[in-house]
Amino acid sequence: MNNRSIFLLTALVFGFAFLYIPILSMIVYSFNESRLVTVWGGFSVKWYGELLGNRQMLQAAWLSLRIATVTATGAVIIGTLAGLVLARFGKFRGRTLFAGMVTAPLVMPEVITGLSLLLLFVALAPLPFFPDARGFSTITIAHITLTMSYVTVVVQSRLSSMDDSLEEAAMDLGARPMKVFLTITLPIIAPAMVSGWLLAFTLSMDDLVIASFTSGPSTNTLPMMIFSTVRRGSTPEINALATIMVASVTVFVVAAGVMMSRQERRRQADMRLAASK
Amino acid sequence: MAKQSYVSLGERLMLGIDPFVIVLKISFAETRWLGSPPYSPLLEWVDAQYLQIRFNLGNYLFLLRDSLYLDAFLSSLKVAAVSTVFCLLIGYPMAYAIARADTRWRNILLLLVILPFWTSFLLRVYAWMGLLGNNGLINQVLMAVGIVSEPVTMLNTDFAMYIGIVYSYLPFMILPLYSNLEKHDVTLLEAAVDLGCKPFRAFLSITLPLSVSGIIAGSMLVFIPAVGEFVIPRLLGGTDSLMIGRVLWDEYFLNRNWPIASAVAIALLILLVIPIMIFQRFQMQEAGASARR
Repeated sequence: MNNRSIFLLTALVFGFAFLYIPILSMIVYSFNESRLVTVWGGFSVKWYGELLGNRQMLQAAWLSLRIATVTATGAVIIGTLAGLVLARFGKFRGRTLFAGMVTAPLVMPEVITGLSLLLLFVALAPLPFFPDARGFSTITIAHITLTMSYVTVVVQSRLSSMDDSLEEAAMDLGARPMKVFLTITLPIIAPAMVSGWLLAFTLSMDDLVIASFTSGPSTNTLPMMIFSTVRRGSTPEINALATIMVASVTVFVVAAGVMMSRQERRRQADMRLAASK
Repeated sequence: MAKQSYVSLGERLMLGIDPFVIVLKISFAETRWLGSPPYSPLLEWVDAQYLQIRFNLGNYLFLLRDSLYLDAFLSSLKVAAVSTVFCLLIGYPMAYAIARADTRWRNILLLLVILPFWTSFLLRVYAWMGLLGNNGLINQVLMAVGIVSEPVTMLNTDFAMYIGIVYSYLPFMILPLYSNLEKHDVTLLEAAVDLGCKPFRAFLSITLPLSVSGIIAGSMLVFIPAVGEFVIPRLLGGTDSLMIGRVLWDEYFLNRNWPIASAVAIALLILLVIPIMIFQRFQMQEAGASARR
């Protein structure tokens, strides 16, 4: 082992320790009997019981889950359209502006996005079709605007990595554009749409700032509840909540990863088979 | 035919969702303490005959006159820049190590980088509250080992804020760097070493210049959102930590001064226009490059 690989290995070990020690410490302390962080009072799951008894927290979680589901679905629909436009329609008037507008929320500080969306909703409120009170619907619209950018980028990069000769061939053979889209384009971008959906769901579940700006006085999402609880200091209940979230995300991400690599392997096997014929 | 309808839909989206214009408009409005919404209209019909336009620059003058805002802008830029440098120093070796790792390991290591990104950002910041507190894990370890005799105040200081920002944004630095470094041709390095170049020298004159676009992308992904960060300074930073995201939040939620909040947002946006443009130009180059391949 030379100096270089020792250095790289150390960088990896320390980097991952930095990334994971905080998460692990939350998991460990969520099983601590004592309320104090200083004392180890023995193993206990009582904070999980307390969490499940917290009606406000459960209501907030249910609201966040509903918002995230609607958001992810809406973001995938609009984001896929935008991704198609950017990847497949060459140079059109205003393309640069369009691309800039679509990707702006990716890096824009959340306070700006939140404030500007709120002011937009206030300006739109007199319109007849617009919901009167801010809450579920305004948070969802705000989250769709934020997360569709991510979907767009994911779908666009998937589309530009595949060449459009397949679509052209189908079109040459007489397939109508709608048929081409449904039988060729859609199956190819489906994995990107699935990861876009998951990404949008997670971002929506996680967002504090934009939801705070665009929610009404009586609407509390899960991050808003967490924020108002942890502002007063650490509590084991939040540790328990964090453990549940980390565990479910890990199971999900690992399962998705395994599924995708299996699919990729099958696809490669198919290609080899096709090539050998 | 299909092309036409996609494009017009795209253009409608672009024009329809354009809230920044409204922020700009309200930043020129006057604050109205009573009534809802709490700002005066810019355009008003007087006696149903004259269209009165009131264009108030007072909010911007106020930002310039009160040193709080200028200080907050400057300290946000400093905090974001320092955090970006630390992310780069920690992230570059990690991205490099992952890109050079065995293919079997590479996907697992990447998954480990991405995994924290999928778990709640808020909860990960909260985790540091437990670690850095006076009776938190770090202080307990330090005291048990005997390095310090009484707890070191770390929570609610700038130190904690920097840790929080570097920790939260590190994956955003690693991923673009990795996707850049992974594409490098290793034979270039081997050729350099064969010709008698020291490995470190080869790194400086080959790998580093080739990875500049990855460094720029990662740095922008960290720097731009960090300038406007609100949650981390609020939970980990001190009460006197001046970050512009926090100032904007307080103007809106505590003072209910919407025009000033809008003026702060516009000023922040102007400040970030150049980094955002660099980032987007880079994004387009990348998209173009992958389309050509």
